Formats: sequence, structure tokens, C-alpha cells
Amino acid sequence: MGLKRKILELHKKREEVLKGGGDKAIEKQAAMGKLTARERIISLLDPDSFHEYDLFVEHEARDFDMEKKVLHGDGVIIGTGTIYGAPVCIFAQDFTVAGGSLGMMHARKITKIMDHSLKLKVPLIGINDSGGARIQEGVNSLAGYGEIFFRNTLSSGVIPQISVVLGPCAGGAVYSPALTDFVFVVDKISKMFITGPEVIKTVIGEEISMEGLGGAKVQSEISGNAHFYAKSEAECFEQIKKLVSFIPWNNIKKAKAYEPKEPKSEYKVSEIVPGDPRQPYDVRDVIRGVVDDSDFFEIQELWAANIVIGFGRMNGETIGFVANQPLVLAGVLDVDSSDKAARFIRFCDSFNIPIITFVDVPGYLPGVDQEHMGVIRHGAKVLYAYSEATVAKITVILRKAYGGGYIAMSSRHLRADFVFAWPTAEIAVMGPEGAANIIFRKEIVQAEDPEKMRKQKVKEYKEKFANPYVAAARGYVDSVIEPEETRRLILHAIDVSGSKSVFLPQKKHGIPPF
Amino acid sequence: MSNEDKKSKFSTLVIEGTRYKTLLNKKYENRKFWKKIDQKKVYAFIPGTVVKLYVKKGQKVKKGDSLLLLEAMKMRNIIGAPRDGVVKKLNVKEGEKLYKDQLMVELE
Repeated sequence: MGLKRKILELHKKREEVLKGGGDKAIEKQAAMGKLTARERIISLLDPDSFHEYDLFVEHEARDFDMEKKVLHGDGVIIGTGTIYGAPVCIFAQDFTVAGGSLGMMHARKITKIMDHSLKLKVPLIGINDSGGARIQEGVNSLAGYGEIFFRNTLSSGVIPQISVVLGPCAGGAVYSPALTDFVFVVDKISKMFITGPEVIKTVIGEEISMEGLGGAKVQSEISGNAHFYAKSEAECFEQIKKLVSFIPWNNIKKAKAYEPKEPKSEYKVSEIVPGDPRQPYDVRDVIRGVVDDSDFFEIQELWAANIVIGFGRMNGETIGFVANQPLVLAGVLDVDSSDKAARFIRFCDSFNIPIITFVDVPGYLPGVDQEHMGVIRHGAKVLYAYSEATVAKITVILRKAYGGGYIAMSSRHLRADFVFAWPTAEIAVMGPEGAANIIFRKEIVQAEDPEKMRKQKVKEYKEKFANPYVAAARGYVDSVIEPEETRRLILHAIDVSGSKSVFLPQKKHGIPPF
Repeated sequence: MSNEDKKSKFSTLVIEGTRYKTLLNKKYENRKFWKKIDQKKVYAFIPGTVVKLYVKKGQKVKKGDSLLLLEAMKMRNIIGAPRDGVVKKLNVKEGEKLYKDQLMVELE
């Protein structure tokens, strides 16, 4: 029986390759608290949905005795599968095979699945766990990285790209995650940096551990390179699945709609925001008060927490939220929060997700460090992102909206389609205290009791300008609404903007202040 | 957590004259405060080794005069005086290995 024998031969060949780097290497991987590449794919995708490509690819290296070495699958697994029924292309570097090092064929497998995902218009998920370039393959290895980065850029804004860093991802390799839309990291497992602790110690004299330099916590709290932080790989996979449920497959399709649900009764929008603009509250509760089932999926929760971004659903459809967070740093705009918001706005715009902006902003963070870090350039990104976005833009001014912050936060002037304001809104050039000090400086200084005069002038200014009606009188605000009406009116705004189309001047592309 | 406890963890942040009650984050609390550059003090801008000292304590120097030779990453950097003055203190010796931002010379 020729056929049977050949099928048996296939089984044998498969079995051999499926062992990856062998029992010893797999044991080592487990000892580091890590799943194997194959286990990761199986845990992430729908049961039995994974179809692998290029199982029998072999490496091309001929120098340094490499020709004698067998590297199963050349250290990376690629294929297609589904997550909650949504098709995805996936690759996972296999650390058990030569440390997941990237050689020419390894890179070709990755670029093959990347080309596939762009052609099929489905999300790409990359699981990174690699020691870096395979030194023995020299420049071919560098070429491989370059081809990957190029495809990351080409696919940007066409298909969602997700990077999962589950091991080391250092040097040039880490630019691939940086070019993708969402980066997931896991405590004690993920390590991302351009130059490692050894080099830093030798050259600069700074001593730091890998964890302290580029561990999961650092990347998700200090640098903002990562978007999602998890305690374990299992938790990380749940986060990825949830994200995939919110985002569309590509820039033409809409995200899958879910059964509409009312927000939970414990989130009453009218009871969350204190009237005094100086008092803090958690703006996420306002978002929970308007989204279906009060289910708000926050992105970059730990980094630049003075602005909140994330997804929710309204009437079953995915919506992007941007909101100043008075709970942290009074909700100011600064370098980090500007970067965070601008990038998210561009993601939503690329993938046709309506943007809802909740405004409660006192202005920009003062400080030499902010100015020297270029808060001008960074702050400009928010203006740019909102201005160029053509998706439905709905703005709700909850409380204060002062000065440049008011303009930046999806104001009418940047072509917001709907601008609602609560009666607590204060749309003004600055807060009453600051404004009164400037406008009435003379009166205050010359008064018999300057402090009393100051207080009186602040009060006068407050009464006259600290409200939404001055802006409403000019049509900068469309309607002053009661907090309870917020959800209903947002739903209405989304409904009527379904066929929104905007004329933009023709250009190759703009030049955002990156 | 009682309401009182919750209130106590808030700090005050002043933005354009208004005092806001809010939480601060780690990055904000650890931010570097800007300090005026003291032209009388010369620090190592990079870790390295002092190869040669060109001046002695009490010596008069003019702005730009060589103070010492600092070798770092195979590069020999001549460190010049940032201003006219007198060498008040030499904090390093020839052959000494320096860390970044180590105080090398004080002028007067």
C-alpha cells in the first residue's frame, strides 16, 4: 500500500517537527514560567481552529557549521485561525528552537503570514519570544527584520496588528511591536529594550536589571510602549480575545455588533461628577454610565492615566472613548497623555470607529521638564489627530474646558460633529481664579483689602463666564443637556452620522508632528 | 476605605491659579527638577577614565583652557574650562575611573 506508507511517513515527519526544540528545551521554557509557542497559539485561538503553514521549512545557514544543525520550523510557527469566530493570521516565535533566533527562513515565514493577513484583510497577531538576530546568518537576518518592519508599516491602518511580547524582544526586533497597534506584555516574562543592561552599564555606567530596564511593568507604566499588562499568559490571552471582539477585521469592515444592552444601574452619570471643578472623580464611571452593560475596555490603563482611552459598545456597536481623567494630575494634558490620545484617535479613525470625547480639562501641565521634553510638539498631535479624523466625532463637555485644552479636546473648531455640554460645563479661556487675577490685577492690587477684592472678582468672573452658555451663544456648543440625556443623545448622534462624508484636500499624506 | 482616608491621599495641583484636588502619578513625582547650570563646577558628561590633568590647584584658567583629558568609549575628550577662574579643587586623579555626572573640577 503505497499511499498508506506515504501518509505514515507524513505523520512521522510532523511528529518530529512538532517537538520543536526537544524535551530539554521545552522543560527550560516551562521553568521560566512560559508556555511553548504552540501552546500559546492553541490557548489563544478558538479550539481546533489553527491551521499551520510552513511546518517543514528548514533554515538556510551554511556557515559556522550551521548546515549540520536541524532547527524545526526554523524557530517560528505561522498559520491562520479564529478568535470568537473572527479570522486572524498569527505567528509565534519558538524560543525552544535556537532561542527563537531570527534567521532568513524564520523571517520569510513571518513575512509570508504578514503578506497573507494584508491580502485576506484580517488582523495579524505576532507572539514575540526571541533572543534576537541569528548571528550566524549575518546580514540575512537583518534583511529579515527589515522586511518585517516594512510590512508592519504597509499594513498599518489597513488591518489591526497586535504584538504579544512573551519573552525577550530586544534590539532591532522590538521595532516590530512598536510599529503595531497594540502591544501586550506579561509580568516577569516580557522584556523589551533597544540596548540591554550590560551595554548600558559598560557605556553609561548605569546599573539596572532587565526587569527594571524594560520589564512588563516599566513598558506599561513608564514608557507607554505596551498597551496591556497582565499577571499571567492566561490573563494576557483573555485580554487579546476581548480586544479582538471590539475591533474590526480591517479598515473596510465594521466590528462585529453585539446584542445591545443598557448600562448597569449602579453607574448613574448624574451622580458621579462633583459640581466644583476642583474636585476629583473617576471619569471611567461616566463612560460606564453610557456604554452597553457598563463594559468599558480600557487601553494603556497604567500609563498617562490623566487621560483615559478605550473601547465600549453603544447599541451593540464598537465606540472609541477619549476622556480627561480628573482623578489623576487633575486631568491635564501633557507629553504622555497627548501621545496616548493622539495615537488612539488615529486608530479609531483608520478603522471607522466613532470617537466620543468626554471633556474635563484644566489645561496643560506646567513645568520645565514638560517644555524641554517638547510638550508643544506632543500636544500638537492631539490637535492633528482630531482635525484629520473623519469618523463621527461626538464631544460631551462635562465640566471645565479651559484654554488650549478646550480647543484640543475635539472642539467644534476641529470639526466635531456634535458638541454637547452639561450645565456644569465651564468653557472659558482659563479658570476663574487665573482669569480674575489677570483681568482685574489693578483693582485687586489697589483695593484696601486685596484678598477680599480678589474673591469678589473671581466670583464675578465665575458668574459671567464659568458656564456653557457663552459658547452655546456662538454655536460652539450645539446643546446644553442634562447628564441623564447623555446616552440617548450620543446614540442619536451615532445614528444620524452613519453616512457621514467629509471633503478633504487631496494629498499623499499629512505630516503629523510625530 | 472611609471617605476621610480617600480624601487624604489626594494632593493639590495648581494649574493656572486654580488648586485642584487630585492623585499624582509615579512619573510626575519622580520628575527631574531643572537646576540652573553652575559654571563653577565641571562634571563628567560620560563615564570614563582621567588620562591626564592639565591644571593644578590654585592655577588661573581662562574660558576654554584645557582642564583634563577624559577617555571614554575609546574617545579622548579634552575638558575645557567653562569660564575664567581659579582652580579651587581637583576632585579626581590621573588614572581614576569616573561615573557619569561625577564632579571633577571646581573653579572659583
